[in-house]
Amino acid sequence: MASRLEKNARPDSMLLNMGPSHPAMHGTFRIMLELEGERILNAEVEIGFLHRGFEKTCENRTYFNLLPYTDRLNYVSPQINNLGYAMAMEKMLGLTVPERAQQIRVLMCELSRLSDHLTCLGAMAMENGAFSVFLYMMKAREFLWDVIEFTTGSRMTTSYIRIGGVRADLGAGWRGSVKTAILETRRVLKDVRGLLDANRIFLNRTRDVGTMSPEDALSYGWTGPCLRSTGVNYDVRKAQPYLLYDRLDFEVPLGERGDNYDRYSVRMREMEQSLRLIEQVAALIPDAAPRLEADGIEPAEAVRRGRTRRPAQRIRLSPNLEGSEKDVYPRILTADAPVVVPPKEDTYTTMEGLISHFLFFMNGTGIRPPKGDVYFSVEGGNGEVGFYIVSDGTDRPYRLHLRAPCFHILAAFETLIKGRFVADIVPTFGSMNMIGGELDR
Amino acid sequence: MDKEDLIDEIRTRFGADVESYAETFGDQTLAVRREGLRALMSALRAAPYDYAVLLDLTCVDYAAVESRFEMVYHLYSLSGNRRLRIKVSLPAENPVVDSLTGLWKNADWLEREAFDMFGVGFIGHPDLRRILMYEGFEGHPLRKSYPWRKEQPLVPMKD
Repeated sequence: MASRLEKNARPDSMLLNMGPSHPAMHGTFRIMLELEGERILNAEVEIGFLHRGFEKTCENRTYFNLLPYTDRLNYVSPQINNLGYAMAMEKMLGLTVPERAQQIRVLMCELSRLSDHLTCLGAMAMENGAFSVFLYMMKAREFLWDVIEFTTGSRMTTSYIRIGGVRADLGAGWRGSVKTAILETRRVLKDVRGLLDANRIFLNRTRDVGTMSPEDALSYGWTGPCLRSTGVNYDVRKAQPYLLYDRLDFEVPLGERGDNYDRYSVRMREMEQSLRLIEQVAALIPDAAPRLEADGIEPAEAVRRGRTRRPAQRIRLSPNLEGSEKDVYPRILTADAPVVVPPKEDTYTTMEGLISHFLFFMNGTGIRPPKGDVYFSVEGGNGEVGFYIVSDGTDRPYRLHLRAPCFHILAAFETLIKGRFVADIVPTFGSMNMIGGELDR
Repeated sequence: MDKEDLIDEIRTRFGADVESYAETFGDQTLAVRREGLRALMSALRAAPYDYAVLLDLTCVDYAAVESRFEMVYHLYSLSGNRRLRIKVSLPAENPVVDSLTGLWKNADWLEREAFDMFGVGFIGHPDLRRILMYEGFEGHPLRKSYPWRKEQPLVPMKD
């Protein structure tokens, strides 16, 4: 069946299909263009190529089990999605999260925001021909992901922020890797500024291209860096502060014209603020209690002795490893039962521990929030990431809806490119940071 | 204006259209009659309420009850820094509601999504068709009557 655009097209115009898989686009996203020469008369956007049924799947998963699915929404900053979901649940369950867990959450979220902005701008610059910027930014991102990897064990889909706290304490030597990451990112940002800020080619392709007015941006429900590039001051971290953001010192950078260059510039300045936030929160986080690795016997020795009877001594293991996290739990997870996986020491060694473990995971007895619906949102890389959860009192959400910032931003894409040239599509699309995972869910 | 005063004022002004007011987990929720939705929303969008942003629009399928579908709108006021949730119940046999495309531009895609996922109709929507699913998809996947992991027939390839 012909689309609306094809039906209404002028007979003398040319129809051109762009995407869903196109070398100049990072993401599966299709645009039908009606062209008169190089000029775009009309455009029609088609999305949904990455639809995975996230919301339907969540209705069939327990509250605990659906957390990994939230990683895969905005896969460049998974921790912020985790946080949005975990905090929506905490709002519903009325939990208090330990101070240290909150500090770690801020640290992880700002690292994720940095990697999100770096990815977006790196790809945008590459599509405009500045390939070195892409490589520099990917380099900086690796340093940030080092910190994340040391702590969570994985680079992208971390499932690290849990309902009630975080999964593990910060890895050994995190302070050093955070310091390196900040230093390297600052260096890259300085280089990129030198390469792009006054670059004639970059300016020609981004200045006054894809311009959005603040009124239209609000009418489209834009949030995040894209909204702020039009000059509207709305940041969830400032407007509805969560975690420790009301106690930390940071600014909200604003743009003036709402064009591609402003979206680039707002993201660049936001990264500087994120680095400031990381420095502040890293100074706040106290060093952990004396670590447990020093005392205890070697694991191999424990196994050998354990053949006859359970050794009485402590085993020398990382305190974050399953089976030795009981001492870490009070610092990083809420004490309110039963929203946290019982520590494995208890599960493996005591009858009561085993029972509580089964009760947590068995059908119908895990996390059961009271009846009602809740909306909670956090500031993601792209804007307001909101979770709307309807609970019917069972252990599975009756309905879970994600407010994806990308969805609202991309809805305006047709109007942004209308009347422009075909070549303007790529920088405009790049500056909007389309993430298929959260757009199509 | 105080948050509670504001709700009181809305309730007195639109007394006939506002069915109830509730606060769940600190979120303010107004349940509204289907017929009065558009007028109420267009008033809420303007001063003095100034809910200028349509944050979110979605639907919930309460399969067991008679008023099966419930539209959920989240509004945000930038000047007052407050959120408001509006709910509208739709009957199972005729789930249609006025479109808000004239008020907010993102309502276009959001309503297409609600139509795609739940089969809810929107009166006055300029181009109501599927958005996330493809043409030729059978049924509406987020309805409770749609089985999880249901298989779909193959559709002919597009040219």
